[in-house]
Amino acid sequence: MKIIVPVKQVPEVAEVKINPETGTLIRDGVPSILNPFDEYAVEAAIQLKEAHGGEVTIITMGPPQAVDALYKALAMGGDRAIHLTDRAFAGADTWATAFTLAQQIKKMEFDMIICGKQAIDGDTAQVGPELAELLGIPQICYVRHLEMSEDGKTVIAHRETDEGYEVVKAKLPVLITATKGLNEPRLPNIMGIMKAKKKPLEVVDAAALGVNEDLIGLKGSPTAVRKVFPPEKRSGGIKIEAEDPKEAAKQLVEFLAKKGAI
Amino acid sequence: MGLIYDRDACTGCMLCIKACSFGAIERDGDKVKFDLDKCVLCGSCEAVCPADAILIERKMIDKELIAQYKDVWVFCETVDRRLRSVALELVTKGRELADKLGENLVAVLIGHEVTSLAETLIHYGADKVIVADDKIFRDYTTDAYTITLASLIAPAKPAVVLFGATNNGRDLAPRIAARLGLGLTADCTGLDIDEERQLIQTRPAFGGNIMAEIISPYTRPQMATVRPNVFKPGEPDTSRTGEIEKFDAKINPVQVRTRVLDRVSEVTEGMKSVEEADVIVSSGRGIKDPSNLDLSRRLAELLDAAVGGSRPIVDLGWLPPTQQVGQSGRTVCPRLYIALGISGAIQHLAGMSSSDIIVAINKDPEAPIFEIADFGIVGDLFEVVPALIEEIKRLKAER
Ligand SMILES: Cc1cc2nc3c(=O)[nH]c(=O)nc-3n(C[C@H](O)[C@H](O)[C@H](O)COP(=O)(O)OP(=O)(O)OC[C@H]3O[C@@H](n4cnc5c(N)ncnc54)[C@H](O)[C@@H]3O)c2cc1C
Ligand SMILES: Nc1ncnc2c1ncn2[C@@H]1O[C@H](COP(=O)(O)O)[C@@H](O)[C@H]1O
Repeated sequence: MKIIVPVKQVPEVAEVKINPETGTLIRDGVPSILNPFDEYAVEAAIQLKEAHGGEVTIITMGPPQAVDALYKALAMGGDRAIHLTDRAFAGADTWATAFTLAQQIKKMEFDMIICGKQAIDGDTAQVGPELAELLGIPQICYVRHLEMSEDGKTVIAHRETDEGYEVVKAKLPVLITATKGLNEPRLPNIMGIMKAKKKPLEVVDAAALGVNEDLIGLKGSPTAVRKVFPPEKRSGGIKIEAEDPKEAAKQLVEFLAKKGAI
Repeated sequence: MGLIYDRDACTGCMLCIKACSFGAIERDGDKVKFDLDKCVLCGSCEAVCPADAILIERKMIDKELIAQYKDVWVFCETVDRRLRSVALELVTKGRELADKLGENLVAVLIGHEVTSLAETLIHYGADKVIVADDKIFRDYTTDAYTITLASLIAPAKPAVVLFGATNNGRDLAPRIAARLGLGLTADCTGLDIDEERQLIQTRPAFGGNIMAEIISPYTRPQMATVRPNVFKPGEPDTSRTGEIEKFDAKINPVQVRTRVLDRVSEVTEGMKSVEEADVIVSSGRGIKDPSNLDLSRRLAELLDAAVGGSRPIVDLGWLPPTQQVGQSGRTVCPRLYIALGISGAIQHLAGMSSSDIIVAINKDPEAPIFEIADFGIVGDLFEVVPALIEEIKRLKAER
């Protein structure tokens, strides 16, 4: 079974802070990590390979340093990696990202594509479904449990819904997006980390991809960022010590009643 | 392609450095230099540059083509013959946008045995409802819904199409965007129309650390998914009339490549979904033991609230994943959010910090949740919550 896992390198958003004076993002010193949801995707692919044989290809579109995300996925157990990198890819929105990935994946053989549910920098959850559409294959999004049929031709997935989950069946090829609960991503061990650097890694630029420059990067993006600004900062309001819980509860109820909240 | 900097034209005013939210511009002698790895090509610097020394190369806008697109459309999701609450929120907001444009609001209702809901959508503001009612739509499938909506949208040329950012809405909208080659903005918390009649889409990014205004200048329709509970539904006007049009998508079952074998609800009896609730009582690790969740359930019942939880509570299996609030769970924005024994880690805050009123009860006066709480009680939840329950009961009895 041939599985492709698109991954993204993201800043550790919990450590991204806003400079209160300038309102700008402080990204210096913020570590870059493999998108946490993509770890579930990589782990799922490796488990399928372990059970059914095959090959796991990790692919990313991103700046040169995004290679670290590829190494992490290779250290976990991916077999080979493709790095789409070129200045011309910069500024891509989800459509242009999905398009660029699709151009590469169309040249490859695959039975399954496993994405993360969403990348934690933009939280859009759009690249997966857009990629599936551009490749003309079905999708099952927000998967937290995955089974293969005996013959390896169909999948049965538990897809998270707003109320719980649904059990969805599809024939391969299919694109799946992985969410929390699908598995426990393994930590790469020393052996894995050492082997990762020796695994095949192909670097592809826009020319090698052979795409129309009007369809990639900023130019290929139908959306544009007009402005970014810090969110209205919520500040704490009333804070009381509950020396007497009854009294504290009373004050809270008065507050809520005044606000019309209860 | 990208950012072009005319160093000779630059007057060294340094305004662009201030305008850049990404720290991508630095002083370089009496001029500036750009770190293109940090730059997201947002154009903030281009807008403030008095010397026109910065140019972001973009596509051309074809104004004539864009003028052909009219009306605001909203996709109204149904589940088991009922509308999801976000559908009415979208119709209300869509009405406001359509009025600003001086155009019509069209609601697209897809489901099985849902035709009777069309009237409601008109009462909330739709001028026209297109109904695709068929048993093939009983379960949501990406293919059946994409085929239907894409075949409606393409010939009708609406200017705007909105979807609820539910799990199904976020599965469907990107599929349509890719099929029709359109821009799509995820999870909007603000929508408006500007002087150029463009849709301004505001959304949080970087875990809520920053807000971005997104436009889709080159393509139509402009599409967005909208976070549930952000816009409030208006008052229905039962005297409103509108047109109801049936649509037969003529879907061949072989075109639907996924099959839903079963649907399992984990929102057990008496447990509301956190995304649709007006009030949420959420518990964190401070609740200590699953049996203590009864305390939060009792409070929730009294307030007609949903019971939510932080990630550890869900990881421990004390609540189902549908009830987890936060970055890897659900994003909520109720009228009232009560956090019991939750510390307020950034990943939790990312999912609830836009709630109208936040109440926190926590032993630790330093807990970060207090930094955003409108009303914080530093105390033992096992003492405060029972007292709170009594107080609310008393208030209710007085009324
Ligand atoms: C990639 C990633 C994604 C994540 N996604 C989420 C997410 O979606 N949602 C989420 O919630 N977390 C998420 N987390 C986890 C998050 O970082 C925190 O670990 C988590 O939110 C902490 O939960 P908590 O507040 O319940 O527990 P704790 O941080 O342990 O806080 C418990 C609080 O209870 C208080 N307390 C204890 N006893 C009492 C008492 N008797 N009375 C009153 N107060 C008491 C304590 O003072 C403490 O502040 C994520 C983490 C990562 C790395
Ligand atoms: N630049 C990228 N390169 C490879 N895969 C990506 C990229 N961006 C997003 N993806 C994949 O798409 C998923 C959803 O990302 P997003 O739509 O950005 O939230 C991620 O979890 C990845 O699997």
